[in-house]
Amino acid sequence: MSMIEFKDVEKYYGDFHALKNVNLEIDAGETVVLIGPSGSGKSTLIRTVNGLEEIQQGQLLVDGFDLHDPKTDMNKIRKNVGMVFQHFNLYNNKSAIENIMLAPRLVLKRDEAENKRIAMELLEKVGLADKAANMPSELSGGQKQRIAIARSLAMKPKALLFDEPTSALDPEMIGDVLDVMRDIAADSSMTMLVVTHEMSFAKAVADRVIFMADGQILEDSSTDSFFKNPSEPRAQKFLSQVANH
Amino acid sequence: MGLLQNYFSTFLQGFGYTLLSSVVALVGSMLLGTLFAIMQVLPTRWMQIVGNIYVQIFRNIPLLIITLFLYLAVAKVVKMNGFTAGTIALTLYTSAFIAETVRAGILSVDSGQMEGARANGLKFGQAMRYIVLPQAFRVALPSLGNQFINLVKNSSILAFVGGLDLMYQGNMVAANSFDTFTAYIIVGIFYLVLTLPLSYYMQYLEQHLKAKA
Repeated sequence: MSMIEFKDVEKYYGDFHALKNVNLEIDAGETVVLIGPSGSGKSTLIRTVNGLEEIQQGQLLVDGFDLHDPKTDMNKIRKNVGMVFQHFNLYNNKSAIENIMLAPRLVLKRDEAENKRIAMELLEKVGLADKAANMPSELSGGQKQRIAIARSLAMKPKALLFDEPTSALDPEMIGDVLDVMRDIAADSSMTMLVVTHEMSFAKAVADRVIFMADGQILEDSSTDSFFKNPSEPRAQKFLSQVANH
Repeated sequence: MGLLQNYFSTFLQGFGYTLLSSVVALVGSMLLGTLFAIMQVLPTRWMQIVGNIYVQIFRNIPLLIITLFLYLAVAKVVKMNGFTAGTIALTLYTSAFIAETVRAGILSVDSGQMEGARANGLKFGQAMRYIVLPQAFRVALPSLGNQFINLVKNSSILAFVGGLDLMYQGNMVAANSFDTFTAYIIVGIFYLVLTLPLSYYMQYLEQHLKAKA
């Protein structure tokens, strides 16, 4: 069953055509990596999946809900689709554990003791149990991102969206975050859509790679075939450029 | 200081009314101001317009005119005394300034905070209440302090409509005793009794929150 489905989706910012005739299907449990040069529409695409950006034409089905239908309650989708941002977006006025516990308390009405137990388990899982009481301003970028991932997981989502989760991090912090993401990908029930420039991560974890440029999906193939023999010239060029780094 | 002794209960009554009016107007203008600040940052266009019109009207008309309008015109329809008319006017007038202060505070909070909260499943109102507004108030605190102190001083508008406040009683004492100078000195000191602790408390709050952040 497909978790996310784009059918002839068009997205404009004023006159700018940000997504052009996007067709894409992601099955439940799949890990899909979205790559492409900057300005290609990767972030725009991933942000449409939980309604942070509206689409103007076409159909976008997420967990069975039609996002283009004005009657759709966006909060119902967001309950099941978590998002991890480039700049973390942790709640600056809440401690690490409060960041994790807030949404389950308010949205899922989870019992307080249970909420705390789950939050501690997640802190454990991302290796930051000792930072539970710290404020975001006291954490490093990599720690903030791991808390942000724990915050998303606390909602027990069916799908997780990652929008360049390591792009704002110092190089030595990236590994810890990618390790956590690898763990999540290993859970076969979680659907993951990841925008990233980490090619080694894509190679190791992704079931499929989507290559975008100029608002279009140019290539959609299995990870092996994408990295071994990309069919699109733009994808070949892109890979040779990132490989030189 | 004989004047203070002779008219102590008069001054004290005025002080009481000023305090009461200030507290009511402070709470009222914070609630109204926050409401109209939120209206102006909502995505709904007509809400923004309504919020903006409210702020522009009450911010740009002298407090005295608002007070007299309530006391002379509105009071003909809805019965109210000078104290009530003055306090409502003070609330409306101050709320416009507080709306602007809080709105600026909201806009200073990184948009990623709202986005993170919405993506996390929170409704707009929940995200506002638990994430954005606490951070906005922290930013707005110094200017809110100014508004509160202005509010206490502006409550002297009650004297114009027989509101029995400190200023009103000061006028009475000055007229009865002919010791105008001393009467107004005493009135000034009574205002300081309200405004100085308030301004020190706001400073303390600022420091305290800064340390916590």
